[in-house]
Amino acid sequence: MPIRKDKRERYVEVEVSGPREPLWVRCEACGELIFKRKLQENQYVCPRCGAYFFLSARERIAALTDPETFREFPPPQIPEDPLGFADQVPYRERLARARQETGLGEALVAGEARLAGYPLTLAVLDFRFIGGSMGVAVGEALYLAQAHAARARTPFVFVVSSGGARVQEGVLALLQMVKVVAGRELLAQEGVPYIAVLTYPSTGGVLASLGSLADVTLAEEGALIGFAGPRVIEQTTGERLPPGFQTARFALEHGLVDQVVPRAQLREELARLLRVLAEEP
Amino acid sequence: MNEEERLKVLEEKAAELRRLAEQDGLDLGAELAVLERKIAELRRKLYAELSPWARVQLARRPDRPSGLPFVQALCEAFFELRGDRVVGDDPALRGGLARLAGNRLVLLFHHRGSTPEEQRASRFGMASAQGYWKAKRLMEVAARLRLPLLTLINTPGAYPGVQAEAHNVAGAIAACIWAMLRHPAPTVAVILGEGGSGGAVALAAADRVLMLENATYSVISPEGAASILWKDAKVAPKAAEALRLTAHELYALGVVDEVIPEPMGGAHADFAATVEAVREAVLRHLGELSRLPLDELLRARYKRYRHVGAQGPGA
Ligand SMILES: [Zn+2]
Repeated sequence: MPIRKDKRERYVEVEVSGPREPLWVRCEACGELIFKRKLQENQYVCPRCGAYFFLSARERIAALTDPETFREFPPPQIPEDPLGFADQVPYRERLARARQETGLGEALVAGEARLAGYPLTLAVLDFRFIGGSMGVAVGEALYLAQAHAARARTPFVFVVSSGGARVQEGVLALLQMVKVVAGRELLAQEGVPYIAVLTYPSTGGVLASLGSLADVTLAEEGALIGFAGPRVIEQTTGERLPPGFQTARFALEHGLVDQVVPRAQLREELARLLRVLAEEP
Repeated sequence: MNEEERLKVLEEKAAELRRLAEQDGLDLGAELAVLERKIAELRRKLYAELSPWARVQLARRPDRPSGLPFVQALCEAFFELRGDRVVGDDPALRGGLARLAGNRLVLLFHHRGSTPEEQRASRFGMASAQGYWKAKRLMEVAARLRLPLLTLINTPGAYPGVQAEAHNVAGAIAACIWAMLRHPAPTVAVILGEGGSGGAVALAAADRVLMLENATYSVISPEGAASILWKDAKVAPKAAEALRLTAHELYALGVVDEVIPEPMGGAHADFAATVEAVREAVLRHLGELSRLPLDELLRARYKRYRHVGAQGPGA
């Protein structure tokens, strides 16, 4: 019996006995019942069918960095809810809810760390926080992370998982696209490399700004990469979407990314890349 | 009778008086003056109180001054440049070399078209990947020649399509933003009609951003926001309010440098006057910017976007 269903994670937690924290989850793609610890060990990829589930920003950071090396940057001091926005739910309430659900202050976690000994600056979006959307606070944190990387002369790694600009912050969110590109300019001026890792999903204003301007772009297998979401394209144009549209493979075939990397090999591939890109640690 | 109807009746009366005065040589000057004052007052009231949703409708009018006819009226000379040199051309986003009050510059603009054929070809002003790759190419031409860049924006957004994705429309928009930020000469953007999300911001990372009074600039269409956040496309008028997409609201937020007043009734009511108002504002801003040394210009531009949203209004 499913006790918690989160569409965004594409698996269902399954209670087998008693009211404890469920030990089993069911893959929505293939129906397999998976021992939860086994799924964690497999970095949230279904061991049977290979379906990719969301990785939280903290899990992503743990998977990509040397143990005990990540030092998080303090969150930027940004006035909240600049438009006083409310739809069916006031934006402030949505923020509070997202904070409670994720334990994060915002959709981006950034800091410095080491990977295979190489120092780097890392920024990771968490899709569970309002769809990993970029508002003023995320834009500011991305700017500051790049400024730090430029100053410290450490490669900048940006892991994208985002639906785009944060609607509740209106044009101020849209203009974060320009702000994060201003940050990208700092890296270019200092000759500091920038690596983008595009995961599920990399869309909208995040892709149409910083997400597309890396020196090296890796797509995680299981990624969705596109400016407009598949539903929007179907509804606006009536076009039938070709099989495999906007997958990592599609992006590779159309020349949008340098490599497609399975999640389990991402750390290794980044290390291999840093060997040719970074100065020796 | 609502105020719009009252205005119409008064206007008809005034027209009648003018006709009488001309035909019969009657001196109706005093009566006419009173009537005209009433009309002006009523119009001011009506248009000052336009709801955001009403402005969205005005911004989207197919007869809104924009596109190629606007450019031809604005500039003494315009030479169109076409093609992105890789995939093709795009009739929805056009550009070229222009002379404006004697100044050489590179111009980029959305073209929505006025005939059904044109509108279909330009997908109502939704440019695809080749449009934005072309825009980036023209920005590079302007950069090499150290020419100022003027962009005239009127788009519902970039075109969401299979080919657009295959040709990396997201990368093209990102490249335009970067090229505008680095541009080694003054840049001015004018939002003439709809400033629709990524498709607009690609041409709007400028030193000065101006908006016509009834133009809009938004992260998403009100209909899109309504269906995503309210799960009901019918509440689009409410979404239009919440998004703060009007020129005056964006001016108050410090995002827009100047609101260019429109003729009574909206820009479509007087094409020539609209062109003149835009021309005056653009020349004034270009003049101010061209007096700045390049390093100062770039520093100010960079500072503006580095701080956007991080401080209060007018920052
Ligand atoms: Zn499975």
